[in-house]
Amino acid sequence: MDREQMSICCGLSRRRRAYDLSMRSLLYASAAVICALLVFLIGYILFRGIPHLSWQFLSSEESVIKGIEGILPALINTLYVVIATLIIVLPLGVGSAIYLTEYASNRKLVSAIEFATETLAGMPSIIFALVGVIVFCEFAGLGTSLLAGAFSLVMMTLPTIIRTTQESLKTVPQSYREGSLALGGGKWHMVRTVVLPSSVDGIVTGCILAVGRIVGESAVLMFTAGMGMRLAKYGHSFGQFFENLFDSSGATLTVALYNYAKERADFESAFAVAVVLLAIAFVINIAAKLAGSKLKKH
Amino acid sequence: MELPLKTAAAENKASSEAGAESRSSGDIRGRHGLKDMMEQLMKAVFLICGLVAVGFVLVISAYLVISGIPAIREVGLIPFLFGADWDPANKSGNPAYGILPMILTSIYGTAGAIVIGVPIGFLMAVFLSKVARPGPAAVIREVVDLLAGIPSVVYGLVGMMLLVPGIRVLFGLPAGDSLLAAVIVLAIMILPSIISVSETALKAVPKEYEEASLALGATELETYFRVSAPAAKSGIAAAVVLGVGRAIGEAMAILMVAGNVANLPGLLKSVKFLTTAIAGEMSYAGGLHRQALFSIGLVLFLFIMLINALLNLFLKKSGKEDG
Amino acid sequence: MCDNSEKTIIQSKKLNLYYGENHALKDIDIEIPVNRITALIGPSGCGKSTFLKTLNRMNDLVPGVKIDGQVLYRGEDIYGREVDVTSLRRQIGMVFQKANPFPMSIYDNIAYGPRTHGIRSRARLDEIVERSLRDAAIWEEVKDRLNKSALGLSGGQQQRICIARALAVEPQVLLMDESTSALDPISTSKIEELAMELKNRYTVIMVTHNMQQALRISDYTAFFLLGELVEFGDTQTMFSKPGDKRTEAYITGRFG
Repeated sequence: MDREQMSICCGLSRRRRAYDLSMRSLLYASAAVICALLVFLIGYILFRGIPHLSWQFLSSEESVIKGIEGILPALINTLYVVIATLIIVLPLGVGSAIYLTEYASNRKLVSAIEFATETLAGMPSIIFALVGVIVFCEFAGLGTSLLAGAFSLVMMTLPTIIRTTQESLKTVPQSYREGSLALGGGKWHMVRTVVLPSSVDGIVTGCILAVGRIVGESAVLMFTAGMGMRLAKYGHSFGQFFENLFDSSGATLTVALYNYAKERADFESAFAVAVVLLAIAFVINIAAKLAGSKLKKH
Repeated sequence: MELPLKTAAAENKASSEAGAESRSSGDIRGRHGLKDMMEQLMKAVFLICGLVAVGFVLVISAYLVISGIPAIREVGLIPFLFGADWDPANKSGNPAYGILPMILTSIYGTAGAIVIGVPIGFLMAVFLSKVARPGPAAVIREVVDLLAGIPSVVYGLVGMMLLVPGIRVLFGLPAGDSLLAAVIVLAIMILPSIISVSETALKAVPKEYEEASLALGATELETYFRVSAPAAKSGIAAAVVLGVGRAIGEAMAILMVAGNVANLPGLLKSVKFLTTAIAGEMSYAGGLHRQALFSIGLVLFLFIMLINALLNLFLKKSGKEDG
Repeated sequence: MCDNSEKTIIQSKKLNLYYGENHALKDIDIEIPVNRITALIGPSGCGKSTFLKTLNRMNDLVPGVKIDGQVLYRGEDIYGREVDVTSLRRQIGMVFQKANPFPMSIYDNIAYGPRTHGIRSRARLDEIVERSLRDAAIWEEVKDRLNKSALGLSGGQQQRICIARALAVEPQVLLMDESTSALDPISTSKIEELAMELKNRYTVIMVTHNMQQALRISDYTAFFLLGELVEFGDTQTMFSKPGDKRTEAYITGRFG
């Protein structure tokens, strides 16, 4: 058989060199396009929004008479919705994850729960909005209120909490569990003293991600929590917190942005709100990374 | 009494409690009635928590069906799905409830976003997983994650202020709100999930495949595109399907740029998506119109369930290939 | 070091290799004869696999690797500036420890190399695929399932597919990195027979942990220890009258 005795110095054929070069340029080009887009996007939002951002804008309620613009109500509404949603979703999600990893023995039930979780995770928010309106606002009689909004968001954030908690529960070594059970403490005792403390990082990560989704959500809240831009009666005591959840309705930051941009064509305010949202997204990303990297270490 | 716990505080607490309880139960047959009841109770509580997700899905399905069916009954399935006119607020008393324009717009818009977003996202994933050095790759990944965290209304706002006027000027239109603007916004919004899912798939490709290709005299880029990418195809398909799900479900961002007239889709026409019909008309619709919006929700729901089924299929396949 | 009547195909001169701080190969001088089987033996971590991978520059892929000295392939320094790694690797093929067929059909596995090097004609590819599979002694087993995935084959078959894939680009040298260590005895003996066949037309350099295997099939043996080439010579001589105490200790099973 004749094999060509090529020199090892003869380089790539012209065709292969062209392929290599064009693919490499495509890769770098797409990376450059995406990075440029992102820098531009963020730069543009900051450029348009920061001039309008002031302490007064953040800390006051708008008043047509006084000619004051302010997003304090939106900030407070957002905070209320975030807290109320987390209070409801956290026990449900963590409990569900504990059931799946520690208790469940029925495979069919487990796969049903996992299928449901995946389905919820893939559901578009407009569906949660529709169902929230019928179930929580109308059927449950909550009306358009922050609480109805929070309940609707519970459906949306539940998969996030379940998933991250489950992930961290899986990292708890089996020997910890055996160690606890061997002492005769029972399963609940084991969960309480061994499993839960070891999975705090995962739960925290889940919370952070859920907060991110809640703050960024608009469609659900627009229909279930309302679009009002005025400050409702906010109290300082614990009891009033719950009262207000039932009574108040109002726009969160994202809905306020939509209002400013689409209903009022007040783009300066809209961009100022966008800057606030961007800052929150940035903080949440960093927090999630920190909590996540702590989670990975174990 | 060796409990290998993580935090010192937890350890102290756990060992002291465990100590107290193990000492108190002397007889192995003697079961504490109270403790046993607690065990059963907590098991039931956790089971109920687990069932909440299933309950939510059942509630969502049930309510969408219950409130979605009446309008379809009233209008008729065929005229509803294939009617080309959507005019629920007709002044002369001749309302029309055909959602074909919305169905087609959602399909075209999603397809457009995929056509633009997937190639760029895939190339970016190859870049990040194979070509870029670890330092810059980490920075870019952070930035892409931030892109994923930006609320959709912010994308809508920027689209309104830049894309819409841009399209108006570029094409000499009276208004720039159009399917094109929506497609571009959607393409950008699905990028992060396309990138991260494809990157995960590409990273999971065994090194041995790439080594074999290089040892045969292929260049690195030939290896990435002809060996690594085909080996990761299920994962990349999952990324595409996930992108489809995201794009078809997005409402607020495109509500702000699409124009919201229920035209049959055209790239430069003002259009209404399934999602934006609901988001845009929910606040004022009443009667049959409102019921019809729930029917649109039902149609959207069925689309999404179909896409989820596909996604699961691909994910299972890629899981099998890894294993 | 070796018999002067043999023609050399690969020669290393004062070859040193560092992984960061770790000095993995120390002053390796060796002349590998053409159309023979050369076995590289030594305990784990002695540098034999590292040395093998310098011959087709697969070590280039390891971050932080530094190489001094020369490796001459037919008189040309493979680490020279004008050298194109892809044409080097085309001439010096490699079969890995673990069978690593691509997740594609058997046909596409074999045709991958030729296609990469620009062969497009279907007839030509068919011919190469058949010839390579025959050369790797697996044609009869797979000729009816060329379009089936290569991952469905047994471990031994997969490894022969990998050999066929390496042969399809018509290399001059075949590097085998413990290519039978993951296989059962029957598959191993098939591959050993194959290697003996192949040496008529190819130069085979194999890393092995298996003393018996080195003795059975190799013409020359090189013994590596702690990054040094302790001894290199005719296999029969080396196994019967090792020139170095350390070689003797290793061969008689005192360590490794």
